[in-house]
Amino acid sequence: MQAADESALAESIRAGDAVAFETLVRRETPRLLSVARRILGNDDEAGEAVHQGFIAAYRARDQFQGDARLSTWLHRIVVNKALDVLRARQRRPEDAIEDLLPRFREDGHHQERFATWPEMESVIDRERLSGTVRDAIATLPESFRLVLLLRDIEEMTTDETAEALGITPNAVKLRLHRARLALRTLLADRLQGAHP
Amino acid sequence: MNCRDLSHFLDEYLAGELPTDVASEFELHVSRCGNCDTYLLQYRETIALGRAVAGEIGAAPEELIQAIMASLKAAK
Repeated sequence: MQAADESALAESIRAGDAVAFETLVRRETPRLLSVARRILGNDDEAGEAVHQGFIAAYRARDQFQGDARLSTWLHRIVVNKALDVLRARQRRPEDAIEDLLPRFREDGHHQERFATWPEMESVIDRERLSGTVRDAIATLPESFRLVLLLRDIEEMTTDETAEALGITPNAVKLRLHRARLALRTLLADRLQGAHP
Repeated sequence: MNCRDLSHFLDEYLAGELPTDVASEFELHVSRCGNCDTYLLQYRETIALGRAVAGEIGAAPEELIQAIMASLKAAK
């Protein structure tokens, strides 16, 4: 969408124009639903987070700042709604991440010899590769999975992620590093067994 | 710098946030340690594979869109 069109749409949204809101709902719901699905791993809850997000956005429409993009504004609202749903779930004890981190000898060298990964496209098709990555991310302990999702996939900043999760920016950095290390281990297990 | 130190600095190195002297040590270690060279490659690939998931957007059910529009009308 052109900047002028986006600006006109934002102005109509602020004015409470129902047609403009329907345009926005139709344009943004597929993307926002995908975001909520990644966080919640459940279609029904993801749909409800998006639904509640749009209601919250509608009620707060006069607070929308014109210097932000509508899509970014809605994205943040839906991420927060999805995190609210997660917090309301019964908490389960989280698996430790240590088993997925690299191990070192006393002299600081890796204990493991790393085998080169196969060429992705030649080994498994793109759809299977995406499924493998999604499955590996879903296996991460929750507090690490969420940081990886918000930082690497939803492209939120360290500060935005810290605020959304109620943790410090340093904790975000530490968890992101550990989440990436653990995800590498999980992908290595899956990709090295993916030869045709 | 050893393999453990290098693992600790991976994110700062990739973000270009390491001081020049530490980045040089990092690169010297990678140039001499094939295992860390492979690990760094896989770490980069892990981040890229994760980011690629963001491009996947499925369809939204029409019932959900209708339900949202009905709620917005009721919220007026």
